[in-house]
Amino acid sequence: MSSWIKIVPLGDIPKLGSRVVRSSKGDIAVFRTEDDKVFALHDKCPHKGGPLSQGIVYGDKVACPLHSWQIHLADGHAVEPDEGQTACFAVKVEDGSVYLEI
Amino acid sequence: MQKMKLVVVGNGMAGMRVVEELLKIAPDLYDITVFGDEPYPNYNRIMLSPVLANEQTIDDIILNTREWYAEHNITLHTNARVDRIYRESRVVYAEDGTSAPYDRLLIATGSKPFMLPIPGAELKGVIGYRDIKDTNDMIAAAKTHKHAVVIGGGLLGLEAANGLKIQGMDVTVIHKNDWLLERQLDKTAGKMLQLSLEAKGLNFMLNANTQQLIGHESGEYQGCVKAVQLDDGTELSADLVVMAVGIRPNYALAESAGIYCNRGIVVNDTMQTYDPRVYAVGECVSHRGTSYGLVAPLFEMAKVCATHLANFGIGLYKGSVTSTKLKVTGIDLFSAGDFSGGEDTEEIVLHDAVGGVYKKLIIKDDKIIGSVLYGDTADGAWYFQMLRDRKPIHEIRDMLMFGEDSLGNTGHSGQDKAAAMTDEMEVCGCNGVCKGTIVKAIKEKGLFTIDDVKKQTKAASSCGSCTGLVEQILASALGGGYAPPSTAKSVCGCTDKNHEEVREEIRRHKYLNIPDAMKGMNWRTPNGCATCRPALNYYLLSTWPHEAVDDPQSRFINERVHANIQKDGTYSVIPRMYGGVTTPDQLRKIADVADKYAVPMVKVTGGQRIDLLGVKKEDLTNMWADLDMPSGYAYAKGLRTVKTCVGSEFCRFGTQDSTKLGIDIEKAFDHMWAPHKVKFAVSGCPRNCAESGIKDVGIIGVDSGWELYVGGNGGIKTEVAQFLCKVKTAEEVIEYSGAFIQIYREEARYLDRTVHWIHRVGLDYVKQRVLDDAEGRKAAFERLLYALQGATNPWAERVEKRSEHKEFDIISIPA
Repeated sequence: MSSWIKIVPLGDIPKLGSRVVRSSKGDIAVFRTEDDKVFALHDKCPHKGGPLSQGIVYGDKVACPLHSWQIHLADGHAVEPDEGQTACFAVKVEDGSVYLEI
Repeated sequence: MQKMKLVVVGNGMAGMRVVEELLKIAPDLYDITVFGDEPYPNYNRIMLSPVLANEQTIDDIILNTREWYAEHNITLHTNARVDRIYRESRVVYAEDGTSAPYDRLLIATGSKPFMLPIPGAELKGVIGYRDIKDTNDMIAAAKTHKHAVVIGGGLLGLEAANGLKIQGMDVTVIHKNDWLLERQLDKTAGKMLQLSLEAKGLNFMLNANTQQLIGHESGEYQGCVKAVQLDDGTELSADLVVMAVGIRPNYALAESAGIYCNRGIVVNDTMQTYDPRVYAVGECVSHRGTSYGLVAPLFEMAKVCATHLANFGIGLYKGSVTSTKLKVTGIDLFSAGDFSGGEDTEEIVLHDAVGGVYKKLIIKDDKIIGSVLYGDTADGAWYFQMLRDRKPIHEIRDMLMFGEDSLGNTGHSGQDKAAAMTDEMEVCGCNGVCKGTIVKAIKEKGLFTIDDVKKQTKAASSCGSCTGLVEQILASALGGGYAPPSTAKSVCGCTDKNHEEVREEIRRHKYLNIPDAMKGMNWRTPNGCATCRPALNYYLLSTWPHEAVDDPQSRFINERVHANIQKDGTYSVIPRMYGGVTTPDQLRKIADVADKYAVPMVKVTGGQRIDLLGVKKEDLTNMWADLDMPSGYAYAKGLRTVKTCVGSEFCRFGTQDSTKLGIDIEKAFDHMWAPHKVKFAVSGCPRNCAESGIKDVGIIGVDSGWELYVGGNGGIKTEVAQFLCKVKTAEEVIEYSGAFIQIYREEARYLDRTVHWIHRVGLDYVKQRVLDDAEGRKAAFERLLYALQGATNPWAERVEKRSEHKEFDIISIPA
């Protein structure tokens, strides 16, 4: 059974940045875009497992810090021509707080 | 909202390139309809010669499959020749009655082979060489007939002749000039080419003019060509005649619609015709009085045209310098620019008739304006790049003819000639990409630019040392289709502005933060990308120190967290040891910290300090607090280390106190950000134990003072630092080297090491700024000191304001 878990106030995630949530399913990177959308991905690049949470966020993508693969925040897919996908998690903002579905 | 309608007339490389570019930047703006008069989807026309030579098949050269059109919701009409454009009602009609209304029209009708207006030109078996049908006709003719005559000894003619010979025909080339390829080659190279082609079995008749073509008057072949007659009466048997005497822009359709044409559809620098709703690109246009028949300029046009169709209204096409390469396997030939020269030009020539190598460079006003290479074309792309960039060559003139000295590059076994490599040999040592993989990707995926190759194959996408090799492979696979990127290219896909323009605007408009800068310069993307944001952040900070806002989210992770990310996501911690000098206390502290945090590896670095590797991000702040040492900036685009030797303090050979000067320099320039990493070294005597010859600034003590060397690099490509000047005192060393670094900080492109910057501006320029202009030097040095004023140790700052740096804390949840 999955459930929504309150993570942090939205303000604790920097714009165009991320925070790492340590869970039983591994580290999860929670991203915040310029326009305050939030996304959550397994914190592992499909290429060589780089921590996506540490990458540069722009638009709705993140560039992996290890070899600059670009990953779509919405679905975890690598931007073509690279191929691969990292798992995504449901995430939402309510009353200024970020919730993650685990 | 209903989409606008874009109709493209011409399903060739130019038109479809516009569509591809448009889909990249404005995918939802238009409903697109494409008309093509051939039965095929868009294919790579420049690869027809390899098809004729049995090296590739038609399937290999298709660029966009029918599925691709469907995927992108593009309506494709093949076998549909548009013959009417009604500009008042904005509709086009094809011969078969198909019609399409448009809001914007793109004409890309290409060119037609020029058919000599001689008697017999209409006979069967007389063809041009333009499309798949012509190619198939030639292959079919070769199966049943023996004699082929090609009229015209230009690029296309020779490729056709070579292909027909491989298909088994006896081929004679008739050419009206004294030597082959007179528009690409000088006489010497033309004659060498002729010898090589004759060795392949081709026949040539030079200085020959065709009078008429004679047909069979009766029998099975009535109406078919039988012979070619020259103006001196000579008759040559011919079952097939290929006219390859040139191409003409195909602008009849546009002209019939009343669009202004003058030997081509006349367009302005935005590729717009005299009708503002109608654009034109490719071989059919006349731009500033020039029409192009090579693919590289077409792609430049396409890019510009797409941005205007997308309503971005940016980018101008200003014409192209082109290069050519003959696609005949086994013959290496390259030419670019003005290769015939004149009274005010100089020539450098290398001619080895027996070895089959001929190289000629034409130089005017210290710049390459043309080149002809025969037999060894490996450096063609390099010369062409310098030609396009108008790079002054006096500093490398004596070595110019021997090519780009890539030996010393690491990572590809010293290989610097792509042609000499086999398919299995590794080109990119970082990503393990072989030559064969790159060639395959270029052919199968229809790649045309170095960026395409980087994206698709990953070759040259890490350290970049094999870029030259990849360019060679690309140039050789594409022939005339290859255009090296200009070094004045845009920062990234988010803008058309290049680095210098961005810096200039930041200075002129005094932008102090990234959003303002992006808005002011019309950035295409809302918040840039991982390429432009770090560059912008650096430009803002270096232009307006103490005023511009530093954006941590626009810094690469290492600079954001002041540690070096490792492959497993852990970090490395390297404290400063000024001048490489440490104390027992420091060492004890480091040892204690390493124990406390169970650091997996402790390593002595090449920069004379100690690296603690494998540290978890959440441990960083505590570790810095325990260490209580300044950050070594080992992660920074900025001042890294100042390496020193022992010097006069202890060394029996030392002439100067290099250790002290090294410490003084490192303290003076501590906390300095730069376009890329900056390394210093100070040696106390010419034995140079601190390796000053391969540092950004290398200093060597001599009995009478200090020598300064700049632009050295011990990395990807070993570059020996060049002598800048000699000064007397340690204070002067700091002032001169500080001024040098400050000018580099203010003028180099982001991610340029000092050596790259000096290559571009020239050492003379650096000398003029640092040596000749004493006031300018002092002012630059002052600006550097001002920029560094008040800078503090970032580790201590993070320890102190821990609560403001939440990103170091992991969020734990029960689940």
